[in-house]
Amino acid sequence: MRRFVDFLRRHPTVAVGGLIVLLLIGLALLAPWLGTRDPTALSPIHRTRNPSAQFWFGTDLLGRDVYSRVLYGARISLIVGFSVAALCFVFGTLIGLVSGFVRWVDAIVMRIMDGLMSIPTILLAIALIALTRASLENVIIAITIAEVPRVVRLVRGVTLTLREQPFVEAAVAAGASPWRVIFRHVFPNTVAALTVQLTYICGLAILAEASLSFIGAGVPPSIPSWGNIMAEGRSLWQIKPHMIIFPALFLSATILAINMLGDGLRDSIDPRMAKRI
Amino acid sequence: MFAYSVRRILMTLPVMLVVALFVYGLLDLAPGDPAVFLAGDDATADEIERIRMTLGLDQPFVQRFGIWLVNIVQGDLGVSLFTGLAVSDMIAQRIAPTFTLMLMTLIVSVAIAIPIGALAAWRHNRIDDRLIMVGAVFSFSLPTFVVGYALAWVFGVELRWLPIQGYVPFSEGVWKSIRTLILPTLALASVYVALITRITRATLLETLSQDYIRTARAKGVGHRNLLFRHALRNASVPIVTVIGSGVALLISGAVVTETVFSIPGLGRLTVDAILRRDYPIIQGAILLFSFLYVLVNLIVDLLYRVFDPRITY
Repeated sequence: MRRFVDFLRRHPTVAVGGLIVLLLIGLALLAPWLGTRDPTALSPIHRTRNPSAQFWFGTDLLGRDVYSRVLYGARISLIVGFSVAALCFVFGTLIGLVSGFVRWVDAIVMRIMDGLMSIPTILLAIALIALTRASLENVIIAITIAEVPRVVRLVRGVTLTLREQPFVEAAVAAGASPWRVIFRHVFPNTVAALTVQLTYICGLAILAEASLSFIGAGVPPSIPSWGNIMAEGRSLWQIKPHMIIFPALFLSATILAINMLGDGLRDSIDPRMAKRI
Repeated sequence: MFAYSVRRILMTLPVMLVVALFVYGLLDLAPGDPAVFLAGDDATADEIERIRMTLGLDQPFVQRFGIWLVNIVQGDLGVSLFTGLAVSDMIAQRIAPTFTLMLMTLIVSVAIAIPIGALAAWRHNRIDDRLIMVGAVFSFSLPTFVVGYALAWVFGVELRWLPIQGYVPFSEGVWKSIRTLILPTLALASVYVALITRITRATLLETLSQDYIRTARAKGVGHRNLLFRHALRNASVPIVTVIGSGVALLISGAVVTETVFSIPGLGRLTVDAILRRDYPIIQGAILLFSFLYVLVNLIVDLLYRVFDPRITY
């Protein structure tokens, strides 16, 4: 605990970023008890109201309460961010480790990853979404496929340098099985760099979902996600900016916090950089 | 150098092949019968059959992929399922605003980011460096469409200096055309500027701590010369690399920016195609953008020697 506090003191960006993320998780979990109403309840008489004591963030075109929608939207964003990071962790690590150890797999896998990486994230997701029914799961899968090459490359790169290290040779000499070498000796050494990368991926995934929903290619419009709320506010933004401002603020603060967290963690594992910044 | 260039150009072929295979193969991974899926929920049997014929879905995969690939290489991207027009023509009509926007963003970003990044490195750990770095984190984190709306609100709605919607083609006047793209360019540039500023500062810091810089300083090289001729030149390779790989961000950002500012470009074409399940257009757009990305990074690779003649292959 003491060490943890010391760590936070030395890396204030981790503390600030982490605090904002925790706050957001709290808001998302406690949404039903924070003065919200049903985020999908229509109320035609209260359409496009400006922010007031009754509707803190105003209402949208169908009279739904923007405050409630933004708070419930945090759930969608967090689900997308964490799911994509988790899926990228599992598949990226597995593919990366195998690729780093098995030559012939490497040749094929890296060509595929190079190909995937040359398709810009949003477009790759658009292609996948266009061929499936819009759903939260499909959006998560699409973003994962777009982001996973970054993790594969990182894990493979670290693995390639590690496998030449004396301690790995020692483990092999001591009779450790290939799987034991991979998971006991190599994998733990990729964790630090992986944590940083996955933090960024979490942020990128949240941003990608919001962008996709905003252009109309994301989660179904019935789900209150920040991108969807902004998409609905698009037609009236000049006279009713509140439909865009509030989700935009939450989205920006979230991405900023996650990036600060990532930057801070990166500096903590690479002290050479930290001293400079 | 020549042998390397040829080898490097050949290396892009498998990458583009994977992209093509992915974009084409996805169609077969669509749930159920792709023709039925693309036709939509209330399609007649005739419509489904028409789509099946248009896409050649009655043939085996390898055969139709081969034919499709040969057509692509010849510039034939197929026909739109919705309008029946050639995809290549539809893309050609929409390409100007998108590419102008991207080119303007590239120029503006480099022009802003490199001096700022150099300043930050030069004034390392002082107040201006800190402010620049904080600014970079912010502008890197703010989503393109959020920046877009903020700019449109201030300069379009409140100040009424610039248009916030639509696009005027070059043929109706160069300045008129550029004016419509100023705000979209600034919105799109925000992420890109942050990216280039950070890499410029980081590599310059690395370079400025080298012995030869101390030598140059000792023999009396002036500040400007030291920074731009001695340091920046040696730091250029990583910077150019990031400018190249950042083009992917630029493409994704352009699609979103076009929606904010209602620009009838390629991004809008692609997004409209999703809603109509017009897959040939999506295929065409992705192939084109990926080709652009691969091409830019090929050029970057080949330019390394221009920036650093010590590099040998």
